[in-house]
Amino acid sequence: MSMFDQLSASTLLSGLSQTHIAVLSSAAREVTFAAGERLFEEGAPAKGCWLVQRGCVAIDAGIPGRGPVVVQTVGPGEVVGWSWLITPARWHFGAIAVAPTAAIELDTDQLRAFAEHDPTFGYPVAIAMLTMVLDRLQTTRARLLDLYRNPADTPTRR
Amino acid sequence: MLPARYVVTGRTVETADSVTLRLEPLERPIPRFQPGQFTMLYAHGVGEIAVSVSGDPSVVDSALTQTIRAVGAVSRALHDAEPGTVVGVRGPYGVGWQPSLAWERDVVVVAGGVGLAPLRPVVLAVLAQRWRYRRFIVVVGARTPREFLYSDELKWWSARDDVAVELTVDHAADGWTGQVGFVTQPLSRLPLDPAATTAFVCGPEPMMRFSADILLRRGVPADRIRISLERNMKCGIGQCGHCQLGPLLVCRDGPVVDYARAADLLSVREL
Repeated sequence: MSMFDQLSASTLLSGLSQTHIAVLSSAAREVTFAAGERLFEEGAPAKGCWLVQRGCVAIDAGIPGRGPVVVQTVGPGEVVGWSWLITPARWHFGAIAVAPTAAIELDTDQLRAFAEHDPTFGYPVAIAMLTMVLDRLQTTRARLLDLYRNPADTPTRR
Repeated sequence: MLPARYVVTGRTVETADSVTLRLEPLERPIPRFQPGQFTMLYAHGVGEIAVSVSGDPSVVDSALTQTIRAVGAVSRALHDAEPGTVVGVRGPYGVGWQPSLAWERDVVVVAGGVGLAPLRPVVLAVLAQRWRYRRFIVVVGARTPREFLYSDELKWWSARDDVAVELTVDHAADGWTGQVGFVTQPLSRLPLDPAATTAFVCGPEPMMRFSADILLRRGVPADRIRISLERNMKCGIGQCGHCQLGPLLVCRDGPVVDYARAADLLSVREL
């Protein structure tokens, strides 16, 4: 399947026109990660964005005394990496493949340049990223509700 | 209304607060259950609560399998019941999942926490007659890896190639190499044929609402999303009104209802 076809098939990018998908394709390449291979380190300059095709990537944070703690995993059809979008463009968390993983990597320097040059491209891309961020926020909020807690375990009030 | 006497003949510890009891009748057994139905279990001298039946509907015997989480006084007493303890049983009551509604269709089971207990009979019913259904997906969420019910069975189901099992936890623990996230995450990306999908969803109400929203967004019709409501059931036969939810008496008209009927009711604050 061509890069254009792969990107066209992505639900996340359904708001982009065929012309814009073609532009996006020119900044995209297929990559693979072995299990245990790190995509990026927490705190490093943020470059790149990955649309996971197969496998699984863990988003983690290093906690002193506990080592890397996984806060979320990302699977096929989901996106890893959005810190490049907003200054200071540093990774807030790390990312590591926990299974053999195939992804489409977007060159975010090119992506940003395209978007700044042509807002009719930049707007749907920004909406796609925002949609993904919103989904991630909602799932995180759902987890914060701690819904599966035993109701008998009443949190201690201070 | 008179409970039948059953004796606890087996007790399997599932998690730190949940056990599965095997109950056998000491006298005439109650009628056979349908997946999704519940019984009223009576702990002598303590009280009676509604508990969904979690056994295998394809097994023809008079025993009952029920999974109980210790939450209040009655559930704690039932949870602590050792083999030999006699309990009272009424039922089975209510409208169940009706897995036959999903014949010739894709089946998606979504369970959160102890919500897997009422859905276990659906999973077993589908597996027992696998040829009747198309694609079969089971999504199970738990707080931590140690809080999955039926952990051995989940491994067996995962090992089969005719069912896709997605397990996800809210909080990872050392050694957990599976998914970390809410059940809506795998639900958002799983391959679905929405118009031909029937979903069975059970868990805390917000979890069911969030899951149903994702399924609706993906195009699954509301009347093909079945959820199990939980309300304070007392009589179990639609007489006392304790479990009224809008126009429904949950014990009689539910607990399983389709989302087209339940969506508006879930936004009603608890009475």
